[in-house]
Formats: sequence, structure tokens, C-alpha cells
Amino acid sequence: MTSPQPRIGVVRFPGACDDRDALWALSALDAEALFVWHTDTELPDLDAVVLPGGFSYGDYLRCGAIARFAPAMEAVLEFASAGGLVLGICNGFQILCEAGLLPGVLRRNESLSFVCRDVPLVVERSDTPFTTRCEEGRVLTIPVKHGEGNWYVDDELYAELEARRQIVLRYREPVNGSLADVAGVVNERGNVMGLMPHPEHAVDPLLGSADGALILSSLVESARERALAAV
Amino acid sequence: MKATVLVRPKQGILDPQGQAVESSLRQLGFSVGGARIGRVVDLDVDAADVAAARAEVERMCEQLLANPLIESYEIELAEPQA
Repeated sequence: MTSPQPRIGVVRFPGACDDRDALWALSALDAEALFVWHTDTELPDLDAVVLPGGFSYGDYLRCGAIARFAPAMEAVLEFASAGGLVLGICNGFQILCEAGLLPGVLRRNESLSFVCRDVPLVVERSDTPFTTRCEEGRVLTIPVKHGEGNWYVDDELYAELEARRQIVLRYREPVNGSLADVAGVVNERGNVMGLMPHPEHAVDPLLGSADGALILSSLVESARERALAAV
Repeated sequence: MKATVLVRPKQGILDPQGQAVESSLRQLGFSVGGARIGRVVDLDVDAADVAAARAEVERMCEQLLANPLIESYEIELAEPQA
């Protein structure tokens, strides 16, 4: 008997643009991926949730500021507080920060320019549910495409995050002005992660890199373990 | 009641937009020592009196209009017409 496919929901906000890629990539990595509409007040039975990239609600006011109040986000907050796995990619990361599920804020890039290219990332932790397939210190090549990826927290909070090892990914070189070149962080409990780079755009060598599959297949595998544990 | 919210980048927070505008102003020959760019939100608030309106707008700022990590806000309320 083959192990069951974990069910992973991809929340579609108006203005999302990477939702289909996320769904496709998760399906290709052997998950049963399904869309969740932003007005849904309840989530279906899921083993993980992905908040995809894009420009939810036109990025009005601040990126992610409006999306965090979407009905589906209430359900995602509940899911996360029950320990459910949540991965936010790019705009999804911005939404998780605005919602207070992850520390910090994503500001306008230091250069004021939109940045769109493959970047090298250093994996700082391999013991999160999102990085089990990576070794610490490994360099992943994954594309970024954002105008607001300049992550910031104050010094005091940064020291706490360092002490708790909540920084999961760093750019190997400056990309957007992000504090300490942070590209991805995890919450204290370890079940919610956000990152600016787009793993869903790097799951096949044909796309330039398959390194993103290491992140997404870590998530699929962790979700599968949870699905099995729940049976 | 008319209310105006001024949202500003907090002191010490990098403001690349302000820096770009400052350098443009200098290129135009203006002598400026700093430019910071914020946001203005004009509101029409349904409230019984000024105190209630202020409390309501403060809640709006805390919940949505400003991100306290990087932004400060100021609320101005127009005196109601007699």
C-alpha cells in the first residue's frame, strides 16, 4: 500500500498570482493540493496550508495588511494555533507577518527596485518541518520576485530570534536590504514559516533550478507524517 | 466627523522612498536635510463626540492603518460645525 497523500490547501486571495504554481508544484511532489477560497470561513480537512505569492487585495495600504483580515485567514490562524503547518511564500510571508503569526515586517526594497532573479540562499536550520530535506549550510538557488522583501525587526527582537534559532534561510549576498540578509523565518513553535523566495518556481531543472522542491517536499513529507499520525 | 490620520515611518527606520526624494531635491538644487515619506488617510467617522471619534480612529490605527513595528501615527479631528 502506498502512503496516503497529505492534503495541502492553497489559499487564493484576489490578486494572488502564484497560487496555480504552488498547487502544481505540491501536486507534482505527491501531495493532494486543493484551493481554499479567501471568503471561506472554515478550512476543509487539511494537513498543511500554503499562502501563495502575489499581490493580495492589490497590496493596498501595506502588503498583506488587508489579506490578514480575510475570512479564510481567521481559519488559518485557528489552524496554526492548533499546531497546523503553514507556509507563506512572498506575499504569503507578508500576510503572516501582518497577522502576527511571524515576527517582523517586509518593507520596500532598499533599492526601491523590484528584484526578480535567482538568488543563493543558505539553509540555517534543517530541523524545521519545512527544511528536513536540506542540510544546514547548504546553498539553495531559488528565485525571488518582489518589491517589498526588506525584512525588519528591532535589535532586541532580532537577538531573541537568533537565540531561539528562528532564522531559517538567509540570502548569501544582500538582495533587498533585509536585516542580516534574512530570507525566511519560522515561528517559535516551529509550525509556521515564511520566506520571500519562491520554491514553487524552482521544482524542475527545466525551470533553472529544482532546489525549491527541497523546501516543498520537506513540507509534503512533514504533512504526510502528520496525516499518518492522525489516522 | 472628519478625521485625518498621518502615518509616518518611525524615527530611525530606514525610508528608502524619502532618501530617493531627498536626493532628487538636491539634484534640483534645493537644500534639504532630510525627507521622510508617510501616508495621509482622510476619514469620515460616525461618532457622537470628539472623544468617541478619537477612540474609534485610534482603534483603526492599531488594527489596520499603521504597522507599529515601523510606523507612528497622529490623529487630527476637525471640530464639528455648530
